[in-house]
Amino acid sequence: MLNEWMQNPEVIRLLQLNSDGLLFAIWETLYVTIISTLFAYVIGLPLGVLAVVGEENGVLPLPKWLMAVMNTVINILRSVPFLILMVVVIPLSRLILQTSIGTNATIVPLIVAAFPFVARLVEASLREIDSGVIEAAQSMGCSPFQIITKVILPESRPSLISGLTTAFITILSYGAMAGAIGGGGLGSMALNLGYQRRMNIILWVSVVVLVILVQIFQSIGTRAAVRTDKRIRSQADKKKARDRHKKNVRQQRRFPGAM
Amino acid sequence: MIELRNLSKTFPTEEGLFTALDQVNLTIRDGDIYGIIGMSGAGKSTLVRCINLLERPTEGQVLIDGEDLMSLSPAALREKRRKISMIFQQFNLLMQRTCLDNICFPMEIAGVPKAKARQRAKELLEVVGLPDKAEAYPAMLSGGQKQRVAIARALASDPQVLLCDEATSALDPTTTRSILRLIQDINRRLGITVIVITHEMAVVEEICSHVAILDHGHVMETGTVEEVFSNPKTEAGRKLVYPDETPQEASGQGRMVRIVFKGGSSQQPLIASLAIDCGVKASILRANTKTINGQAFGTMLIGLPEDEEQVGRAMAYLNSQPNLTVEEETGNAE
Ligand SMILES: Nc1ncnc2c1ncn2[C@@H]1O[C@H](COP(=O)(O)OP(=O)(O)OP(=O)(O)O)[C@@H](O)[C@H]1O
Ligand SMILES: [Mg+2]
Repeated sequence: MLNEWMQNPEVIRLLQLNSDGLLFAIWETLYVTIISTLFAYVIGLPLGVLAVVGEENGVLPLPKWLMAVMNTVINILRSVPFLILMVVVIPLSRLILQTSIGTNATIVPLIVAAFPFVARLVEASLREIDSGVIEAAQSMGCSPFQIITKVILPESRPSLISGLTTAFITILSYGAMAGAIGGGGLGSMALNLGYQRRMNIILWVSVVVLVILVQIFQSIGTRAAVRTDKRIRSQADKKKARDRHKKNVRQQRRFPGAM
Repeated sequence: MIELRNLSKTFPTEEGLFTALDQVNLTIRDGDIYGIIGMSGAGKSTLVRCINLLERPTEGQVLIDGEDLMSLSPAALREKRRKISMIFQQFNLLMQRTCLDNICFPMEIAGVPKAKARQRAKELLEVVGLPDKAEAYPAMLSGGQKQRVAIARALASDPQVLLCDEATSALDPTTTRSILRLIQDINRRLGITVIVITHEMAVVEEICSHVAILDHGHVMETGTVEEVFSNPKTEAGRKLVYPDETPQEASGQGRMVRIVFKGGSSQQPLIASLAIDCGVKASILRANTKTINGQAFGTMLIGLPEDEEQVGRAMAYLNSQPNLTVEEETGNAE
């Protein structure tokens, strides 16, 4: 029985350790997700912070037109369906990477789609902070920059970690669509081998592995968010925080379309 | 010395401008514990927030030792704010930092070396009576303990002034007392000027030397606590000092006399003396006496018979007593 399995060409292919195998696909998926998440935060985190502190009564009020431009750009980018976005940013990928296909090329549209999403996630986290704490910091003579780095960001750390979890697993699932433009990873494996070449075992294995990856990162995120939250006193608090985190992640994830 | 000169603050609202403070003038001397009392919405928080310019007055000046805060650059204002600490009703501690790190926070932003800051923070935890809570997070503390940490944090920058906005309003009476004691102790030991915002008489009585009554954005009365509370001159003052008093229905009673005790003993058997010495039968309609700073204060409303002659005798007797004033009340006090 097992022997029979091992003879199956699809299984053989999956077990290969070279760039055709499952292991490599997992690696590619993680690579794309991590790099995209990283850059999405490099752009999205400052934008999310500015969206909160730059308001009229925020700690660092910015010109109204600047806020309007920023919000409009974020909103427009968030409403473009990802499949369309991938095509639209091809020239950008070409400009940055000299190529518009392949695994690296999928990173560019992922970042473009994810940074506005990240900006909104960060914004939502920062808005949870009690305004009294910020006021206390102001009364102590904190500069706006000190308030951002020493009060706003550290105080919203658990919620930011929740958001990071959401962003990470959303980018992971969107990355799966990248198979359409020649990127690698589990999504491409499912699409190009599983579906188009009717290799059913490969299709199901790659889907199941994707789901498992999402679950793993979700529970790592929950743990990290709960563990770093110093407001938690008891087991009951811990359970509440865990449920809140899970609910956030569930609600903030979108049906694949636009992030 | 803190001087507020012609301070006004208006807020734009949907129904037009709302005047939260109107031409407020106050002088607070160094080392005082100055109470600002008023009903909810009177503008107390707005007033105290104007002192460190968390709220910028629309008009007027905030002078600290003669220096106008409004004229300072943002950086100079931040520097100045380190000398004006504030504590709050909701404590406003950083929930993701330990108590010790909370107390270190003002020193951290002022650039005090870390080791020195931690040393000082530990001393301050001793001062507020929580030496064993250094590594605890605020979520683990009771309300009173949180306020103690907040006080320690407020002291970390060696302030000249401590602003307390309803600092005890979230606490039970026993805890309130202990926090007030601590504030008083700090005032005496360190000579820090304290401004106490509250809607509770008891808080002012407990620790303040001076008080201002604020009502609808106006300062109605100012003075020593004894002066203001023993004989409030304004409607707003009376409402605060004698909250339970309602307009008297003087049915059957001829005349009403309000006796105001100004220190000395209010336990004097005054009514008995009236009956024995003057032969006047007086009835106590209402009494509200308090002990402030060890002296008796308060008012008593008594009813006298209709008879002019008896009233005359009673008034003469009362007027001859030390430490009290007497005024006749017309039928409708309010
Ligand atoms: N930012 C604001 N915009 C508009 N109105 C305001 C603002 N802040 C305060 N007010 C109004 O000013 C008045 C005074 O408010 P303030 O908070 O100073 O009252 P308070 O005396 O501290 O009352 P409380 O005892 O309830 O805290 C209130 O009527 C309030 O609605
Ligand atoms: Mg208030």
